[in-house]
Amino acid sequence: MYDFNYQRASSVDDAASKHAAADDARYLAGGMTMVPVLKQRLDQPSDVVDLGGLGDLTGISETGGAIVIGAMTTHHDVNTSDLVKSKIPALADLAGTIGDPMVRNRGTIGGSLANNDPAASYPAAVLGLGATIQTNKRSIEADDFFTGMFDTALEEGELITAVSFPVPEQAGYRHFPNPASRFPIVGAFVAQTGGGVRVGITGAAPCAYRQTSFEDALAGGLDPESLKGIEVSSDGMNSDIHASAEYRAHLVNVMARRAIGG
Amino acid sequence: MPSVSMTVNGKQVSGEVEGRTLLVQFLREHLGLTGTHVGCDTSQCGACTVHVDGRAMKSCSLLALHLEGADILSIEGLADGDTLHPMQEAFREHHALQCGFCTPGMVMSAIGIVNDHPDLDEKTIRHQLEGNICRCTGYHNIVEAIGAAAEDMKG
Repeated sequence: MYDFNYQRASSVDDAASKHAAADDARYLAGGMTMVPVLKQRLDQPSDVVDLGGLGDLTGISETGGAIVIGAMTTHHDVNTSDLVKSKIPALADLAGTIGDPMVRNRGTIGGSLANNDPAASYPAAVLGLGATIQTNKRSIEADDFFTGMFDTALEEGELITAVSFPVPEQAGYRHFPNPASRFPIVGAFVAQTGGGVRVGITGAAPCAYRQTSFEDALAGGLDPESLKGIEVSSDGMNSDIHASAEYRAHLVNVMARRAIGG
Repeated sequence: MPSVSMTVNGKQVSGEVEGRTLLVQFLREHLGLTGTHVGCDTSQCGACTVHVDGRAMKSCSLLALHLEGADILSIEGLADGDTLHPMQEAFREHHALQCGFCTPGMVMSAIGIVNDHPDLDEKTIRHQLEGNICRCTGYHNIVEAIGAAAEDMKG
């Protein structure tokens, strides 16, 4: 790992100003992706601004029909939260599938979303539930947030502070885990929300997306039979040693059906 | 160089480290606590697992400076004098190791698993151990030991 100037933020504003003052800074949340990336010398920031001291970015609450999760809340805390388990059990279940226990004890929802790994789990839920990403500057709708592989709508120095998940009428998540890493090869989050049916897909393509053909097919109710026979194009899908593009396209349908009990 | 202070196995420690110094380097190279192992160095094998403020984490993926003021428990802090921790005793009793390299991380993870799951069954143990790799393929006895220790730790 190349060395860097370590700075510990004392508040969200302090984090933003430290980031702005540095040549080429990165925020550090749980570090479960970032530290391995630095160790492999895939990145060489001048400064690392540690958000670990920002306790006000941690916690889960219910506000106006939505579950609001602070950006520094760990996967373990989402997985075991009584509030999340009672209001959006599919989201609690999803958090329990991320990494392994040690990763879940440290990794955070804000860090995962800001990184936007093509195989990260949370983006499927954010899209499937129509969540809102709150930052230190604005609110960003899920549909506008994920812009490409490892790319988001976040501007330089912009910091996620919380994620607001509207409570759905019904929701489910299933993924097909990579046998070694347990990252989703494909994951599908299907939800009946106040705004209609939403289907968020992760792992299949360079960036998480909504499978609108499934949303249309499920408009009359979350019946897995409605998805049978709907083909998903493999054009542009990820292809690697773990799964071909065609296989991933096939899994999109299978995982979406399993997410709703099929 | 910046300095960092934390509690390790009940003792207050401090040292000067670089920004890039990992917790596992701080434990092994600064404090001489070499029981915590570096197996893969890519955050996959779990041999470096320690407890940070009571939760199992991979010390090869944490910056030492990140842990200012934290309470760290490593494998060296488990035994009470000559009396092994029930998990260590169960690993010894059930021969839950072959070469022993993964064992410190296995033991630290196992204690975390028992703490998190009051009613452990074999399936849960196997699933929760997914962050720890044993390349001697000795999982069977490890699972046996954790199940036995879970009973001992209840008492």
